[in-house]
Amino acid sequence: MPAATYAGHSVDVNDEGFLTDPGQWTEDMAPQIAKSAGIEELTARHWQVIRFMRAEHQAKGTGPTVRVLGKTSGVSIKELYQLFPKGPAKTAAKIAGIPKPRGCI
Amino acid sequence: MKRIVILGGGTGGTLTANRLRRSYDEQAAEIVVVDPDADHVYQPGLLFVPFGLTSMQRIVRPRRQQFRSGISYRQAGVDRVDIEADRVYLDDGTALGYDALVVATGARLLPEETGGLTGPGWLKSVFTFYTPEGAVALHRALERFTAGRLVVNVVDMPVKCPVAPLEFCFLADYYFRQRGIRDRVELTYVTPLDGAFTKPVCNRELSGLLADKGIELVTEFNTGTVEAATAGAGASGAPGGRLISYDERVVPFDLAVVIPLHGGAAYVERSPGLGDELGFIPVDPSTLQAKARPNVFALGDATDVPTSKAGSVAHFEGDVLAGNVRRFLAGQELLAGFDGHTNCFIETGFGKALLIDFNYDTEPLAGHYPARLGLPLLRQSRLNHLGKLAFQQFYWHSLLPGRDVPGISSTMPARGKTHPRAQAAAGVGGHR
Repeated sequence: MPAATYAGHSVDVNDEGFLTDPGQWTEDMAPQIAKSAGIEELTARHWQVIRFMRAEHQAKGTGPTVRVLGKTSGVSIKELYQLFPKGPAKTAAKIAGIPKPRGCI
Repeated sequence: MKRIVILGGGTGGTLTANRLRRSYDEQAAEIVVVDPDADHVYQPGLLFVPFGLTSMQRIVRPRRQQFRSGISYRQAGVDRVDIEADRVYLDDGTALGYDALVVATGARLLPEETGGLTGPGWLKSVFTFYTPEGAVALHRALERFTAGRLVVNVVDMPVKCPVAPLEFCFLADYYFRQRGIRDRVELTYVTPLDGAFTKPVCNRELSGLLADKGIELVTEFNTGTVEAATAGAGASGAPGGRLISYDERVVPFDLAVVIPLHGGAAYVERSPGLGDELGFIPVDPSTLQAKARPNVFALGDATDVPTSKAGSVAHFEGDVLAGNVRRFLAGQELLAGFDGHTNCFIETGFGKALLIDFNYDTEPLAGHYPARLGLPLLRQSRLNHLGKLAFQQFYWHSLLPGRDVPGISSTMPARGKTHPRAQAAAGVGGHR
């Protein structure tokens, strides 16, 4: 299994760079993961989404989709795309150290 | 005397009512179905209406006639459900208490949630075939369409019958070829997914078909706004319409076929604790009991289970659900009997179709269904097309009445399928 090092700790990741064990994640890893996903600086609004993703994953076992984020996170879909231009649900999940949102079939 | 209230008289609600009616004496249980609409639409038929291959008259029947005698049908809408008090409030003001509740109100289209979608171009240059009005209006528009860009767009998942938008593309290709104008029409399929379909083996097959038919594929497109064409659809030289994604990509069109956002029935939002943020009912994926309350069950498009929203799912769930309602009312343990079994015919044009069959754990694979001597899976054939056409009779006469069909089980058959992983595992002398 591939590994990455964030904030001095080695973590297990999958081929797309998502942490496979959300328990290995700590908040100080987020800025570095964000940089590798093309986001230079995490603002308070980014953090609102990241913490929301963590809480949803904890409660439901999967991260929310963009549409559900827009309805429930307090950040509109438009702003979500400004914060995470390459796909809010995917990028925020990666930075939050949770698996890629399952989405739907 | 127990009272079982079933909300929704579509595929799942009707077959559940009929199964339960057969399993209880009329003195033992009262079965009430609530649905505001007197017509039962055979929804798979909507795909064929735009191409003139069927008509609304041929796919609609009176809802009441689909119920066995001894089922009471209330033609009313639902205002809300009070899960604390075990009571449903109808929009005519009456309250209906229940011992067990079955939610079968399906999914609702939410076109107004996408910017511009229901603006001036709606049902003029921007259509959907997911409603009877939309399918009929699109039929007229296609007849007038002589050249230009036709775009098929799924706004976001989940949608009912996720293969139907692809089937629409395949049939559009066939339709324009038959009219001899295919070279004057650009066809584009625009999806929020990262491929034509979510499951790998099937995605490969369907992406290949799109390419073979010259249909362009645009992926990971999250539609934010739809700007309608200002002139009539297909008018050459006129300024066209545009789909604009949240990340500001643009897909131009002359005629757009859009599958709008889906959510659960409106009353779910007015019923505290019943649904999730999209109005779907969280249930145990194998017993179909609602997470909200032990005496509430759900099936079909209304649930949050991780499989396709499709009639076949409601059909296979019905068997397990009716049994579990009975077990619950008798104080017995529920059966974790639903495995996510789904199957779909995928019409590919030229009188052919594919068939796919899968469940929660097994993706659609090649082989045959329901066993080795059966319909070919994941391969275009005339036989599958005939199967798809014959299915409508099966739907009215066997599926809705809730009859068990010999050879068709509600769980997915493993026989007849080619399992790539099993083969690979066998090659190294082990099993996973």
